[in-house]
Amino acid sequence: MQLQLDGISKQVGADTHIYPLSLSLVPGKINVLLGQTRAGKTTLMRLMAGLDKPSSGRLLADGVDVTGVSVRKRQLAMVYQQFVNYPSFTVFENIASPLRLAGQLGEAEIRSRVEAVADKLHIAHLLQRLPGELSGGQQQRTAMARALVKQAPLLLLDEPLVNLDYKLREELRAELKELFQHSQTTVVYATTEPQEALLLGGNTIVLDQGRLLQQGPTLEVFHHPASMRVAEVFSDPPMNLFAAQVSGAQRAAELGGDIALPLGPHLQALGSERYTLGVRPSHVRLTPASAHDYRLHCEVELAEISGSDTYLHTRHGEISLVAQLPGVHELAPGSAVALYLNPSEVFAFGADGRLAGSPQRRQAQGSAPWPA
Amino acid sequence: MKTYNNKAWLLVLPVVLCVAFSAIVPLMTVVNYSVQDILGPDQKVFVGTEWFKLVMRDPELHEALGRQILFSAAVLAIEIPLGILLALALPAQGWRSSLALVLLAMPLLIPQNVVGTIWQIYGRGDIGLAGAALNGLGLDYNYTGDSMDAWLTVLVMDIWHWTPLIALLAFAGLRAIPEAYYQAARIDGASRLAVFRFIQLPKLRGVLLIGLLLRFMDSFMIYTEPFVLTGGGPGNATTFLSQYLTQKAVGQFDLGPAAAFSLIYFLIILLACFVFYSLLQNAGPTEKAEH
Repeated sequence: MQLQLDGISKQVGADTHIYPLSLSLVPGKINVLLGQTRAGKTTLMRLMAGLDKPSSGRLLADGVDVTGVSVRKRQLAMVYQQFVNYPSFTVFENIASPLRLAGQLGEAEIRSRVEAVADKLHIAHLLQRLPGELSGGQQQRTAMARALVKQAPLLLLDEPLVNLDYKLREELRAELKELFQHSQTTVVYATTEPQEALLLGGNTIVLDQGRLLQQGPTLEVFHHPASMRVAEVFSDPPMNLFAAQVSGAQRAAELGGDIALPLGPHLQALGSERYTLGVRPSHVRLTPASAHDYRLHCEVELAEISGSDTYLHTRHGEISLVAQLPGVHELAPGSAVALYLNPSEVFAFGADGRLAGSPQRRQAQGSAPWPA
Repeated sequence: MKTYNNKAWLLVLPVVLCVAFSAIVPLMTVVNYSVQDILGPDQKVFVGTEWFKLVMRDPELHEALGRQILFSAAVLAIEIPLGILLALALPAQGWRSSLALVLLAMPLLIPQNVVGTIWQIYGRGDIGLAGAALNGLGLDYNYTGDSMDAWLTVLVMDIWHWTPLIALLAFAGLRAIPEAYYQAARIDGASRLAVFRFIQLPKLRGVLLIGLLLRFMDSFMIYTEPFVLTGGGPGNATTFLSQYLTQKAVGQFDLGPAAAFSLIYFLIILLACFVFYSLLQNAGPTEKAEH
């Protein structure tokens, strides 16, 4: 389905939840709504579904105006953060319920459809159970099966994995990508996690406080964030940002104190003024990656081990720097550490917050575009 | 190495004392009365199960029990659905909701004997608003003379007093259902009735079970309201089990039979609650903790 939002806004009392925005979803693909909590993802999704009416603007489905059309008459399915299933129905009846309510299919057809989708989501052995007897992951699988079984042209998922534990989230996320790739459905997937957007690929729409910041192919948005805010939203842990003065003669950025960071080739065009430079934590390393790397002597404030990564919080004078290091590193607070930045991996943002220069994309073959 | 000592018993002691004095000692006194014929302060005769046999054969008690079961059944059959309907009709939020809740909760704050007095006056044919109005409409309503009228008055009084409890419980249960359930139902195209039948009712199971048990136990022990209204009359029309028990124990001072009957009464309530609870627990899926 080709869904188009034309000047859509949502006003509740004196509060603006969504500022007027226009966008069109890429049909048959995954569209990721990326934004932090309260960015307006759920509100926008409810508007797309027709659960709420927009304060202004039009909603077009395949070119037809569906702005005022009741959600009951629209063809769509939705999955929520909470695991929403009918408590007194078995898994089978839960999955079958949208088909039964539509009342167009025979019993045999319903059975074969339910079994097919249950098989895809690996819950075929649970069909006779009740939702209360399932684990969280299985409950959410059931809710997803309910949404998928309708084969609706539009599928909305509102942070569907947020209530699951880490392991289950990883597992389902990979399965979802597989499921969506082989369907003709236009998928909208809301999430707060940059990793999730990168893994799902497709298109990304970045929202912040009710405003549309940027939209485009996910990798494009990741590598060329239009503004500092997009870079912040699309980076976890948050991008390291430094106020810097670029001086003309040496083509270097003074970060205050004794640091003069040489500018990479992509930043040679910067004027001699103030900028904010950004470095992704994953681009801060313990060993130099190239001969051009800039070395910074820092003091360790905290080494936080998260999964298989270590988040190293350090300080150099006024500047604080976070490094995301693969593997487990035990560094005592207060100890000295040398960190390396590659000047060709530095983002620059102008005084207005807009992107002034971004690193050139390396064409990495077969490897993920983000740190694993 | 482990050291054993018995100090932990000291920690349990306060509870043991409290339960002993509040429950076990009084209960054992009743058990004591129920197996003896007490003729005077120092004249007691052990009679075994004599009083139990006597009480079980008492036709008056059978009638009271029948009346009681009918009354409790009527109370549950009316108050539970009515409470759910009220909860569904209440505004969900805003000042209207607060106002409605306060108004609804008012009867719950009134003590039983005051409720009895209010309705006693309210129902009077000469000066009571309800009684006079009914008589004015040509209905012959008189709770002091007509058994049916008295019985219905007690029932209506109980409904007025306690339906708000069910409504409040159901209201709280309804508010606990995440909005996503209603949205999902709307997207599926489910009707209002289907939403009630398949989402709201199953989600209300837990609170309704509590409401049902509370209302059953309470209505099965009803005493004050019929006592204030007609003292169990006219005739025996509103003599429920506790009225009967009081007449036996305090009125006629038949401590033996009264004690025997108290124990039977206690067992009936215990048994009925157990049956209700197990039936409802097994009747459908149990709602486990959800996010």
